[in-house]
Amino acid sequence: MKDTLQGMEPVIEAKGLGLTFQTNDGPVQALTGVNLSISKGEFVSFIGPSGCGKTTFLRAIAALEMPTEGELRVNGMSADEARRARAYGYVFQAAGLYPWRTIAGNVKLPLEIMGFSNTEQEVRVRKVLELVDLSGFGGKFPWQLSGGMQQRASIARALAFDADILLMDEPFGALDEIVRDRLNEELLKLWARTGKTIGFVTHSIPEAVYLSTRIVVMSPRPGRITDVIESPLPRERPLEIRDTPEFIAVAHRVREGLRAGHSYEV
Amino acid sequence: MKNAWPILTVVISLLAIWYAGAVWMNAQWVRDQAARAGTTVTVSQLFIGTMNLDRPVLPAPHQVVMELWKTVVDTSITSKRSLVYHAWVTLSATLLGFAIGTTAGVLLAVGIVHNRAMDMSVMPWAIASQTIPILAIAPMVIVVMSAIGITGIVPKAMISAYLSFFPVVVGMVKGLRSPDAMQTDLLRTYNASATQTLWRLRWPASMPYFFTSLKVGVAAALVGAIVGELPTGAVAGLGARLLAGSYYGQTVQIWSALVMAALVAAALVGIIGVVQRATLKRMGMSR
Repeated sequence: MKDTLQGMEPVIEAKGLGLTFQTNDGPVQALTGVNLSISKGEFVSFIGPSGCGKTTFLRAIAALEMPTEGELRVNGMSADEARRARAYGYVFQAAGLYPWRTIAGNVKLPLEIMGFSNTEQEVRVRKVLELVDLSGFGGKFPWQLSGGMQQRASIARALAFDADILLMDEPFGALDEIVRDRLNEELLKLWARTGKTIGFVTHSIPEAVYLSTRIVVMSPRPGRITDVIESPLPRERPLEIRDTPEFIAVAHRVREGLRAGHSYEV
Repeated sequence: MKNAWPILTVVISLLAIWYAGAVWMNAQWVRDQAARAGTTVTVSQLFIGTMNLDRPVLPAPHQVVMELWKTVVDTSITSKRSLVYHAWVTLSATLLGFAIGTTAGVLLAVGIVHNRAMDMSVMPWAIASQTIPILAIAPMVIVVMSAIGITGIVPKAMISAYLSFFPVVVGMVKGLRSPDAMQTDLLRTYNASATQTLWRLRWPASMPYFFTSLKVGVAAALVGAIVGELPTGAVAGLGARLLAGSYYGQTVQIWSALVMAALVAAALVGIIGVVQRATLKRMGMSR
């Protein structure tokens, strides 16, 4: 019975979520009244201007920030329980590879911490490096790789331990557009192959529309959700899809949403 | 070879200043001797006279070199007149103290980084400990320890340790805290324990700081060992040579002991530098 329900069960569920930071200048409402439910296998992008709380929301899912109100469930547990159960892999804005470890050593890091056997570590490192197209680079040190390759290695590191959820915080933000296009394409293939649930923070409209099954538009002060857009695009997406009317229509709606959230400010 | 010229220029300038200083400071003695003998000295006689005095105010560099040669090369190292023997006495205390100081420094730093109470309480004491003049505390350490029957190398090593732990604490606290928030967050997403975070992130990240601290620490340890030999009238060690030299006005002996101490310090710092380069290279942290 559980199997039949699995597709419908929300993997991530936020109800009335709010998060207020206490700063020296008084409390800052980073998030307020966030209601969102993400099902297994979805690719959900969070888009909005800086200060809209998209990164804060992702960090709250990862239990790197503690919400001050509302409820947040990840895999049916509290966010912190999910973190302890190693429910997700997290990809940061910068690759953040350890300079003293080789690429393989970096990918191995979570496996060592989680106590995988040595042979299991080797097998998994080889598998995920292949998945991100970095076979043969395992013995290199991070500084010997380009920025795009480093970021791919950090994705491999997040994939290595089989978490069902992948949380990505502007992972391609620092890369040039050509590299970003290619990595977007590869990320979609990877998502299709692994069936993971992905939460993806970005401030690029084309990136959000190209990648996502659902786009969450957010707005700042206080950080909140202003629009949730179901993408009509098929799961199979060549890069050229970005020139189709459907794509442009979705992008337009995202842009409108962003503008509406901003209008009272300027 | 490109680097040789600037270094050589500085060395030659220093030697020139030293020789000029020797002539200037020893001239009075040579003139007094001449006056007592009822003769006058020419400029060249004055110059030559100042170069080879038995007890010059400031010995000339070649006198120090000859003394070093005599006491290092021409004397058996088992002899009490050998400077190598005395250097080893000091060096052994230095190394023991350095090992104790470094261990204490690292342990304190790990404690400070992991424990809020230690973070708040240890550092002020560590800083206070370094504001006490070592010359004031060294005799007390020697006397108190000998009163409870501990003599020889250990009291000197304690003074070395006292001086060398501080740069290690300061450097390692900085080093262990050098990973940025993203790197610690990453380990938090793996639910890594504090021990895992220490060994896999903080410790390797602190290595550049560690070696820099060691270089400062080892020089301080050598000073500590020498100072530890001064107040007790020690019979062996570079400190003892300094003391004996000053009792008997043997300035050449004092200067050769000082030069020896400098050479030992340079060698220790150099060795740490080599280990540093090799370690960081092996860790892929230098390109």
